[in-house]
Amino acid sequence: MRVRITFAKQGALRYVGHLDLHRLWERAMRRANLPLAYSQGFHPQPKISLAAALPLGFSSRAEVMDVRLNEDIQPGEISARLKDNLPPDIQIVEVKAVEENLPALQTQTLSASYDVHLTEPVPGSELKRGVEALMNSEALIRERRSKTYDLRPLIEMISVIAQADGTAWLKMTLAAREGATGRPEEVLSALGIEPETARVERTRLIFK
Amino acid sequence: MFTVEQIEAKLEQILLKVERPGRYVGGELNSIRKDWDAAKTRVALVFPDIYDIGVSNVGLKILYDQINQREDALAERAYAPWLDMEALMREHGIPLYALESKRPLSGFDLIGFTLPYETLYTNAINVLDLAGIPLRSSDRDDSHPIVIAGGHSAVNPEPMHAFMDAFIVGEGEEVIHEIVNWLQETQNAKRADRLRELAKIPGVYVPRFYETAYMDDGTIKAVEPLIPEAPKTIRKRIVGKLPPPPVKFIVPNIDVVHNRVSVEIMRGCTRGCRFCHAGMITRPVRERSVQEVVEAAEAAVRATGFEELALLSLSSSDYTHIKDLVDAIGERFEGRKLTVSLPSLRIESVSIELMEKLKQHRSGGFTLAPEAASERMRRIINKYIPDEDIINTTREIYARGWTTIKLYFMIGHPSETLEDVQAIADLSKRVIAEGRKVAGWKVKLNVGVSTFVPKPQTPFQWVSCDTRENILEKQALLKRELFKDRNIKLSWTKPDDTLVEAWLSRGDRRMAEVIHTAWKNGAKFDAWEEGRKFETWIAAFKEHGLDPAFYTHRQRRTDEIFPWEHITAAVRKNYLFQDFRMSLEGQIRVDCRLNCYACGILPTFANLRRENPGEGWKCPDVKSPTRKMEMELPLVGD
Repeated sequence: MRVRITFAKQGALRYVGHLDLHRLWERAMRRANLPLAYSQGFHPQPKISLAAALPLGFSSRAEVMDVRLNEDIQPGEISARLKDNLPPDIQIVEVKAVEENLPALQTQTLSASYDVHLTEPVPGSELKRGVEALMNSEALIRERRSKTYDLRPLIEMISVIAQADGTAWLKMTLAAREGATGRPEEVLSALGIEPETARVERTRLIFK
Repeated sequence: MFTVEQIEAKLEQILLKVERPGRYVGGELNSIRKDWDAAKTRVALVFPDIYDIGVSNVGLKILYDQINQREDALAERAYAPWLDMEALMREHGIPLYALESKRPLSGFDLIGFTLPYETLYTNAINVLDLAGIPLRSSDRDDSHPIVIAGGHSAVNPEPMHAFMDAFIVGEGEEVIHEIVNWLQETQNAKRADRLRELAKIPGVYVPRFYETAYMDDGTIKAVEPLIPEAPKTIRKRIVGKLPPPPVKFIVPNIDVVHNRVSVEIMRGCTRGCRFCHAGMITRPVRERSVQEVVEAAEAAVRATGFEELALLSLSSSDYTHIKDLVDAIGERFEGRKLTVSLPSLRIESVSIELMEKLKQHRSGGFTLAPEAASERMRRIINKYIPDEDIINTTREIYARGWTTIKLYFMIGHPSETLEDVQAIADLSKRVIAEGRKVAGWKVKLNVGVSTFVPKPQTPFQWVSCDTRENILEKQALLKRELFKDRNIKLSWTKPDDTLVEAWLSRGDRRMAEVIHTAWKNGAKFDAWEEGRKFETWIAAFKEHGLDPAFYTHRQRRTDEIFPWEHITAAVRKNYLFQDFRMSLEGQIRVDCRLNCYACGILPTFANLRRENPGEGWKCPDVKSPTRKMEMELPLVGD
């Protein structure tokens, strides 16, 4: 069966990368005694696929992953078995069975939403002006890994959430398609904010 | 002192700037986080190398479990930060903290280091420095944690005597509880008084209560206790029966060197290889039952989800019921995608059958350790394996489908000549040539050649370590001979590394200043390519007016008092000396499971043996007086 699991990844797990996360889930499945399916061949690989890699340091409330099991098991049962077998900083949000023949998750991901909190507070009004300028620009040519690209079409939405104390934080939704991924730290740089001063949490993945 | 919140906030700023930040955040499955305020005693266990190496250490895991099982105590872990992290921690003023609670090490009651090898000494000092704890025992007061160390290197604790309040000699399972109890009982006493009490616990060495006198030539005149509480000789601790092995291993969230569960099937070794530190200091052999090992493996795999299980011992083939064990493990884990590793197999065809039963990936290679390649050398080191056994076994391994064999050798054994080294090259070439006959040109051979370091409490504690020039010449010979064949891969140890380890292994108290100076001038991670600072070490010797060759390139007098004379692993010095003399005559001693050579273990632990009769111990029953047994030395070829 094909199971879609949505989970939160926080705390210490923010510093665990994509490949290590695969292994972490493989072990969790083994501990939970869930019959994970493996690929054929000399080096069988577990059939686990994560929708979109989460950059190191980000937390997430909504990572999405498809796994294939060799048996049909009720989603409630899967969730219950996994619960006690995960490291403390991963929590299950939802488990559901999905159609076997749906296209791969990675090809279905459209965009991702993020909450961005700033550890060095910026006045809300200033942030607002910056965001408006950004959204009104025709193009935002940036360089990453010595390639230039236009960041502007990858930004779907940014809103400034003002706080009572005059500071503010950001909510943004960026493209997360294969080969067209907007990165929150690039948006912050474009806004003149040092990305290191931000705490970023992925809040939602949006699919086709 | 820094609060947890302060440390966490600062970490937030630096973690994304370092390589593999997952090393520094904890949060692993099976790590134990107990209520700080509810614990009377808080212990930080430290492996002073990076997380990637330290996290899977079984010794510390045992202690972690033992302490955390107590209601009145907690244990957390810390490792040495890698160079990038250390630089940032120093820049931001972040003290070294324990992974579970993120509390600074300086807030714990006890810091317990494991020092399994000597090249960790500078790192241990560095850890204390990063924790803001005074480096020297004499500079610490009632506000500082007690700092102790254990592990194999504690059988010669002297080079580190200045930095540790105490050493634990031998096995820690029982003594750790006595130490926790002592911490609680003496909580309100002055440090000096507490340490006096500590010295009364058997197996505990408190260096400040001993004084060393030297002869004019720099050797030891005497080591004397200064107070009545300090025993003249500190005898290692052992457990009479191996307690149930740990099963809830920490599951690291990042990839580490030994990413697996380990179950110790047996402790100690009866083979008596004269170069082998572990084999001499971990006697007697005690085995776990097949059933206990299988159940522990099952529980460990369930609790961790690891893909690999290692069955640990110094010599797997010698485990009494090895075939039954392998069958039982194979049956139990059939179809569960578990790789099982069985280290240290003897060079014989039975080993191949064992590996086949475990369904090892043949791509992984098959490892064997002949250690020496000439008949003469094999007798000297007491690891006697005829060439024909090696050729027949390796040929069979290739024929059964393994394409790579790894052979481990050592150069620098006592009295070794270039001829003995040539024999390593010749044997290697013969192994691969025979392999090609049965399996064609795809066969590969990895030849690992390390350099022997004479270790304290072994029959070779008297011998000189090979010189840099000799080592280089021997390595040049091997390179010349073996580089020609593209399917032979040769690896070796740099002479600089060997010498650093050799100075520290048989060092005396004066070495403490050399270590301190070397560390101050940048020596750390001495086991690492990145950390090697040979010139720093040489300069440190010079600064303290000591000659490094005194520690390495000197044959010890037969009546020499060693710096570790007051510490014993319960193998008698006379026995070691006799074994050393036998080595000079090329006499071997076969497996002491068959015949007791009276090493001293049985009389020392007679009570413990009586309390634990039967199968567990592998010392044979001794009927005649032990003196007599010594005379019945078997000679090879008889």
